[in-house]
Amino acid sequence: MILYTIKRLIQGVITVWFIATATFFAMHGVPGDPLMTDKAMSEEVRKNLDAHYGFDQPKWKQYGIYIGHMVQGDFGISFAQENRRVNDILWEHFPVSAFLGILAITFAGLGGILFGALTARYRNRMPDIVIMFLVILGISVPSFVFAALGQLALVKLNAFFGTSILPVAGWGTLSHMIAPSLVLGLGTMAFLTRLMRSSMLEIVSSDYVRTARSKGLPTTRIFLRHELRNAILPVVTVLGPSIAAITTGGFVVELVFAIPGLGRYFVQAVQQLDYTVIMGTTVFYGAFLVFMVIVVDLLYGLIDPRVRLE
Amino acid sequence: MTTSSSDNPGARGRAVAGAASVAGVPTGQGSRSGIAWLGEGSQLFILSVLGIGAFVLLMMLLSFVSELFGGGGAGEAVDPGTGTITLALSTEPPQLDSTRATDMVSGQILGHVMEGLVRYDEFDRIVPGVAERWEVGGSEAVFHLRDDSRWSDGTPVTAHDFVFAWRKAVEPATASQYAFILYPIKNARAVNNGELPVTALGATAVDELTLEVRLERPIGYFDKLVAFPTYYPIKQAFYEGRDGRYGADAVDLLYNGPFVIERWVHGAQLRMSRNDEYWDHERIRLNTIDYAYITSDVNATLNLYKDGKVAVAGLDAETLHDALEQRWKLERFNDGSVFFIEFNHRPSRLTSNRNLRKAIQFVLDPAELVYKVIKLPGNTPGESLFPVWLKGVNGYFRQEYPAPEHRVDLARAHDYLERAKQELGLDPLPPLIFLSGDNPAANKQSEYFQEVFASRLGIEVKIDRQIFKQRLAKMTSGDFDMVLAGWGPDYADPLTFGDLFASWNKNNRGEYANSVLDGWVEVAQSSLVPEERMRAFDEIQKIIYDDAVILPNYERGSVFVRNPRLEGVVRRAVGTDPDYTNAYIVDG
Repeated sequence: MILYTIKRLIQGVITVWFIATATFFAMHGVPGDPLMTDKAMSEEVRKNLDAHYGFDQPKWKQYGIYIGHMVQGDFGISFAQENRRVNDILWEHFPVSAFLGILAITFAGLGGILFGALTARYRNRMPDIVIMFLVILGISVPSFVFAALGQLALVKLNAFFGTSILPVAGWGTLSHMIAPSLVLGLGTMAFLTRLMRSSMLEIVSSDYVRTARSKGLPTTRIFLRHELRNAILPVVTVLGPSIAAITTGGFVVELVFAIPGLGRYFVQAVQQLDYTVIMGTTVFYGAFLVFMVIVVDLLYGLIDPRVRLE
Repeated sequence: MTTSSSDNPGARGRAVAGAASVAGVPTGQGSRSGIAWLGEGSQLFILSVLGIGAFVLLMMLLSFVSELFGGGGAGEAVDPGTGTITLALSTEPPQLDSTRATDMVSGQILGHVMEGLVRYDEFDRIVPGVAERWEVGGSEAVFHLRDDSRWSDGTPVTAHDFVFAWRKAVEPATASQYAFILYPIKNARAVNNGELPVTALGATAVDELTLEVRLERPIGYFDKLVAFPTYYPIKQAFYEGRDGRYGADAVDLLYNGPFVIERWVHGAQLRMSRNDEYWDHERIRLNTIDYAYITSDVNATLNLYKDGKVAVAGLDAETLHDALEQRWKLERFNDGSVFFIEFNHRPSRLTSNRNLRKAIQFVLDPAELVYKVIKLPGNTPGESLFPVWLKGVNGYFRQEYPAPEHRVDLARAHDYLERAKQELGLDPLPPLIFLSGDNPAANKQSEYFQEVFASRLGIEVKIDRQIFKQRLAKMTSGDFDMVLAGWGPDYADPLTFGDLFASWNKNNRGEYANSVLDGWVEVAQSSLVPEERMRAFDEIQKIIYDDAVILPNYERGSVFVRNPRLEGVVRRAVGTDPDYTNAYIVDG
């Protein structure tokens, strides 16, 4: 187990290094550079800037310097926000995205497992049909539509009651988080519901469940110990990457609800070719994703004793 | 996340088979299922209650922790009790170090918390700021500072603070992108180029309250230049005490303007409150300006406006419809910038042929573009490189020197096109590259032009959509025939547009070169006689049209809605915009 963990961690470090290198060269391959603005610069100004940011060095040297700093945990200073260190941006904005993400994933996970189990139970009957219809909606409608609709619904709700029931946008209190986390978690919840449903359907008709029933075990026990525990495995598998995706990828939701999360910085950085922020966020996301996958693999061994970790 | 995996058909098949074949076993069907359902159903119910409970608990925990990371509830759009207005900001100000700021949002915030030697009043006139009076004459300018202008720490603003800031801006190590705006000052360019030490800059503090500036050449509009944020003062002791973090946070700035930044949570909120140390603080009627939301989503801002949470919301073509339905009063304003089709004049390009450019010019009708394609009130059809708001000798420049008359003339256009084809020896012409931004507005426009060129001239155009930086890179390298471009003013003098197509101007990305035009630009730069300068601009205006250097599309306007209880908001083309320093709340 420990050996396996160490092995996976080493693999993870190599993966992250690969992500960093690929991003670095892909980013520099894009036409334009972060210092370019719509007002052209005089040669003097441009030369000063190049020297300031080390752009007068050859690419491989810039790469070496960058990786050197990165290993020491220093991601440099943003080009678009020249006064802010990328480390500060990550440190200040990731927690916001993470709160939102954890809420969304809790909502998605609980809802997905619950609804999945329900639909499997009521297969081909009314609750199943209704929920599965909603699930298809949830999967096919993109989050920016949900975000806009959700916000509009809040405006109508507040107007109806003549007072602020829930804030339309902003960040800071519990009430600010409800709407965006629901919107953000919706797609994943729909996806998890489907996954849970199909895995549950397979389990309820399996031999060991039938055996358990024929032994006369209470349904509660069968449901918790045999059905749920087995059916939940595929859900756990996708939950890991989902956590990483949700806690980092709520760009649209963050924009619509005016939330100071990291997703916005990531997308804006790419648009502005903000080299250091692109690198910082990509490496950070990459490392986070790799880490979550490892955690899930380890969890697998705990939930399902059949999986042996070498 | 990928969502492509589907129910396993095999699993479903087996489940069905199992249920059907094992008769008598309680698989959820048959006579005993009622009891089984109840058991399982209540189990699920208990589980879901537990789940929801856990969810609520987690939310409470998270909300507690998130308070530590800032944010915080925002108030109503206008609050007369506390004298607070709440607003949304399109983006976090990227740079509040005035020597390095380049963008509109930073300029807007700086305009509220800093004050230069002079400022613009609500009628866009230059009025005294830190300087009480000044003399600009020949190659010298002297500014006499008022003795009651103070920093937010209570210390006086002195001439040294200006000298320090200006030296900082031109120092090569600062790498300021707007250093060029100080180039009219003696030796500024040489200092910025590293040829002279910063002490050689032609700005001296004669005493605490007298600032003497030597200029490279006589400049009639220097008083307008010093209103620009790069010319704002910085207190040396404070700057050096911040250890490179000057402007990074609310505590890393020292203010001398009408407001101070009270709270700045990056990406979430920027709240400004009245600066009691400001010399003219009695003029300021708002206590707090709270930018409680930072988002570039126009729709979200409008939703906040509907909900009574922000006092002002900008509109675009989509949200305009919504606002009209609500029967809100729309406010329009010309933001001062001009948008045009810029031709590539490099000799290797077909568009270096004047007849081809003239042919294109005579099929285009800016009014059609503005009223039938863009359809956003506030925009006006472009007629000249010089927008209507620029001042001339006595009144407005465009009233004194009207733009050349333009009318669509298909016969003339085809005439020019035939000549172009002959000169180029090409028939038909190969497709022209039309470089455009990649956003809904730019797409709509470029598709309109493509259609017009094809139907009215029979010229094929290939649209090359690029996001901002890539479009800039292609413009700079000359990889286009036509490009949708625009220009916003830096200062309130026609020269900010007039020198744009001088052969030496780096912003002349089509590399247009015409010695006659260059000559008129030089006249406009060095003459001190207003009549002479304006005549030079008129000559430039004529050349731009006759030679079809660019084809003006529109002067950009913007439309917004404003809470009727908020008055005194100033919008302007040059300087702090929007300006809330004179704003106030009316009872109602």
